[in-house]
Amino acid sequence: MYETKYHKASSVADAVSLIGKSDDGKLLSGGQTLVPTMKARLAAPSDLVDVSGIADMHGVSISGSTVTIGAATTHADVAGNADLQAKCGGVACLAAGIGDPAVRHKGTIGGSIANNDPAADYPAAMLALGATIKTNAREIAADDFFVGMFETALEDDEVIVSVSFDAPAKAAYAKFPNPASRYAMVGVFAAQTADGARVAVTGAGSDGVYRQSDMEAALDGDWSPDVLSGVQVGSEGLLSDIHGDATYRANLVKVMARRAVAGCA
Amino acid sequence: MTEVSMTVNGKAVKADVPDNTLLVQYIREHLRLTGTHVGCDTSQCGACVVHVDGKAMKSCTMLAAAADGAEVTTIEGIADNDLHPMQTAFKENHGLQCGFCTPGMIMTATDMVKRYQADGLELTEDAIRHELEGNICRCTGYHNIVKAIADGASKMTSA
Repeated sequence: MYETKYHKASSVADAVSLIGKSDDGKLLSGGQTLVPTMKARLAAPSDLVDVSGIADMHGVSISGSTVTIGAATTHADVAGNADLQAKCGGVACLAAGIGDPAVRHKGTIGGSIANNDPAADYPAAMLALGATIKTNAREIAADDFFVGMFETALEDDEVIVSVSFDAPAKAAYAKFPNPASRYAMVGVFAAQTADGARVAVTGAGSDGVYRQSDMEAALDGDWSPDVLSGVQVGSEGLLSDIHGDATYRANLVKVMARRAVAGCA
Repeated sequence: MTEVSMTVNGKAVKADVPDNTLLVQYIREHLRLTGTHVGCDTSQCGACVVHVDGKAMKSCTMLAAAADGAEVTTIEGIADNDLHPMQTAFKENHGLQCGFCTPGMIMTATDMVKRYQADGLELTEDAIRHELEGNICRCTGYHNIVKAIADGASKMTSA
């Protein structure tokens, strides 16, 4: 790992100020992607601003039908939250399937969505739930937030504070993990929201997470796994790599979508 | 350099370390507690698992500075006198061959048993295998590790 300067932020304002003053700094939350990337010398931030200790950025709160999750809440804390399990089990279940137990004890939702890895799980949930990403400066709709592979609408010194969404009538996530890395080869989050069916796909798109609108239209007519049999998923714009080509992934999108809808509670 | 102070295995420790020092480097090279291993160095194998504030974490995937103020337990710190019941179970069930992954396996095992017991959940064979997703063993084929954890879990209940 190259040299870096570590700072522990005491508040959101402190984090914004520290990152603003840094030369080429990066925010550090759980670090489960950033630290390995730095160890491999693929990233060399001049400064690290650790936001994991900021109290305001922790925890799951539910008010009416609105679920809010602090950006520094770990995957384990999201997975184990009994209120969330009751309100939106799909998100808790998704969190329980990220990485492994040690990673879930450290990795955070804010870090996951800020990184926007094309195979990360949380972006699919945020997009399918029509979540709002709240930063120190503004609120960004998930539809506008995920811009492309490892790219988001965040400015350089912008800090995600929390995410919130309206609990859907039904939602579930199904993923086909890569047998070695456990990252999603394809993951599909399906949700029956107040605005209709929303289906978001991760792991498959060469521009990162995206919505499968033809599936959404089909599910609006009939919320059932079988209705998806009639939807053709093309392979254009899908990833091809040593783990699977675009045609294989296109088929997985369909299979995972069926499993997600079938698994909806 | 950053001054870090933490409690490791019940003992207060303090040092001035370069900011890019990993927790595992601090544990092994500064504190000379070499029971915690570095297997893959890419955050996959789990040989470096320690408990930070009571939770299993990969000490190769966090900075020592980020553990400032934390309570850390390593493999050296789990036994009261002789062996921890989980260590005994690994020994009795032949849950290791070369032993390189064993410290991480045991730290992951005690963490999962504590969590399952606290939640009143049954630690089934399937659950053990799922919970071991972040620990790689290249010798045993896992069967005896799974047996050892089930045995260790029953010993931890009776302990």
